[in-house]
Amino acid sequence: MATEMSVRKYITANEAVAQAARLARVDVVAAYPITPQTSIVEKIAKYIADGEMDADYIKVESEHSALTACMGVRMAGARAFTSTSSQGLEYMHEMLAYAAGGRYPLVLVNVCRSVALPWSIWGDQQDAIQQRDTGWIQIFTETGQEALDMVLQAYRIAEDHRVLLPVMICLDSFIQSHTEELVQVPDQKTVDSFLPRYDPVVTLDVDNPYSISVGGFGKHYARWREEQQTAAEKAGEIILEVGDEFARIFGRHYGGLIEEYRCDGAEAVLVAMGAFTGTAREVVDEMRDEGKNVGLVKVRAFRPFPVEPLRKVISPVKAAAVLDRDCSWGYEGALATDMKAALYGLPNPPAILNFIGGLGGADVPPERMKYMLEKALAADRGTTPHLEFIDR
Amino acid sequence: MKLKDIAKEEFYRASYGCAGCAAVLMVRLTIKALGKNSVYVVPANCISTVSCYYPQAPFFVPFTVMAFAATAAALSGISAGFRRRGREDIHVVGLSGDGGTADIGIQALSGAIDCGNKFIYICYDNEAYMNTGIQRSGLTPYGAATSTTPSPCFENRPKKDMMRIVAAHDIPYAATACTSYPLDYMEKVVKASQVNGPTYIHILAPCPTGWGFPPDETIEIGRMAVESGMWHLTEFENGEFRTTYTPKRQRPVSEYLATQTRFRHLSPEQIAAIQKEIDAARD
Repeated sequence: MATEMSVRKYITANEAVAQAARLARVDVVAAYPITPQTSIVEKIAKYIADGEMDADYIKVESEHSALTACMGVRMAGARAFTSTSSQGLEYMHEMLAYAAGGRYPLVLVNVCRSVALPWSIWGDQQDAIQQRDTGWIQIFTETGQEALDMVLQAYRIAEDHRVLLPVMICLDSFIQSHTEELVQVPDQKTVDSFLPRYDPVVTLDVDNPYSISVGGFGKHYARWREEQQTAAEKAGEIILEVGDEFARIFGRHYGGLIEEYRCDGAEAVLVAMGAFTGTAREVVDEMRDEGKNVGLVKVRAFRPFPVEPLRKVISPVKAAAVLDRDCSWGYEGALATDMKAALYGLPNPPAILNFIGGLGGADVPPERMKYMLEKALAADRGTTPHLEFIDR
Repeated sequence: MKLKDIAKEEFYRASYGCAGCAAVLMVRLTIKALGKNSVYVVPANCISTVSCYYPQAPFFVPFTVMAFAATAAALSGISAGFRRRGREDIHVVGLSGDGGTADIGIQALSGAIDCGNKFIYICYDNEAYMNTGIQRSGLTPYGAATSTTPSPCFENRPKKDMMRIVAAHDIPYAATACTSYPLDYMEKVVKASQVNGPTYIHILAPCPTGWGFPPDETIEIGRMAVESGMWHLTEFENGEFRTTYTPKRQRPVSEYLATQTRFRHLSPEQIAAIQKEIDAARD
């Protein structure tokens, strides 16, 4: 049976996620393979085959069906898990919106990868960003440990009756998905104390029949959508609440909706999401050693967007360099746009410099992060220079 | 099954269906056959359109709307979820139209049958996308005019043979039916519910609005479809097809075609060609 003790293991983030699905006592897994997600579902299939995980695996014919099947599992009152990447996430798009609008408390792990064309199996975050408006809570992680911990937390957040929204845990392809790092895999008993069995609000109950997903016209439609927005905003508080409780039990805390790294007295900050923040910490340390007042803001929750925490940390700085591994074509990086909107109304706001980088698996090495921060240090408050592609 | 065995209780009532709608009749018969211990998935189609808008609730059993292409995947997931909760006794039923089955939903249907979870997938076939205004589907028969195949450019391809498609998956049980033969249909629904695996029932549901006949002739038109050989009542079980009902009299197809405005434009030569196809299939 499952490992009884909490153990430290050298594993990839993909394996860490598979361990999280096992520990979350998922009833049904429905998934379709795609690089670089495959090793997650392979591991889960192996756990089930070896009797280490008590779950059913639905071998669906597409991602569209994978997410639909997970919704079906939820309708029956059980817990589901799925995972995908890139074209798979794109193929799910219709059902992503369906699941969020229908308030299905699902958990999906997306291993962020470029989308075609040009066709590429390598990493960036365009896939996840393109699902921004489907209504999912989106959380970006930096390490295998954070990915594991956030999958466990995701079930708590999604299933919280004040939220009832699906949660997408994002990790970066290859940098996380295929890189082994030391991960603390918690024991089942402790996880059970943190994550109780699913307590559904409504199911397909033959003794108490409901229409659980229906159509809505006019005012009914608008009212439903307003409640969805209220829940999505409320999710911000619940993410904090769940994160604090997780820290009390497991001793690991990730800072809430954003994590500030050496932002005290910073003149310029780098703002980024995902695994690149690991490199950015080192760059910040080096530049601090050189006497330059720089810091890092890691955005963990992209939806709900952490407006207040960002205003608080960004408003005192002179400039923020925002690194987007995505682009809203014809405008700019999605994170940059949201940052600017979050700072609206501040008198003499910080400069926002948008850098598009790390596309299609391109690395963003320390010297390029330095370059972005140096540019930010030299920028004047209140300016928003044209975006710059840095993968050259 | 006898007429007196049919439940008096209604589990589906007060829909916005058109007068003479056979799809509405199909829903009533299905739930009567299965009883309260059943749940329903309804994708985009006439049934969801006439019965799912809050606060309207014609279903007196649990039901959910579902995305057009997703019916069978939802059935698979619900079935797995119930199994995990020890509720394999609950019948998980999809009510999908012809386009939702033979066109946009065919991939999920194929995948779900292949997965092997227990469910009953019902395709009610009114031979076009009716709730969006009578556009042709993969199950529109040769010769029919629709709003996307208007006369004289009527549908020029035969109806897809869904039974052969599902049979090619080695499905444990599949059947065809027609709303004009309610006992035959309900017996097949009950039989499907006793199979521990995926099942498929394809029921012809004449549509007065889309086919162009008076609403009080729905039952008669369905009978004529069977009696003319345009439709057959069959079963597929243990790898074999069999006919469950052979009409006592065979009508020429021209009689059936003449009852509906969608075939009005057909020439005697075209009608003869359809008759020839039917005769060849009979032999």
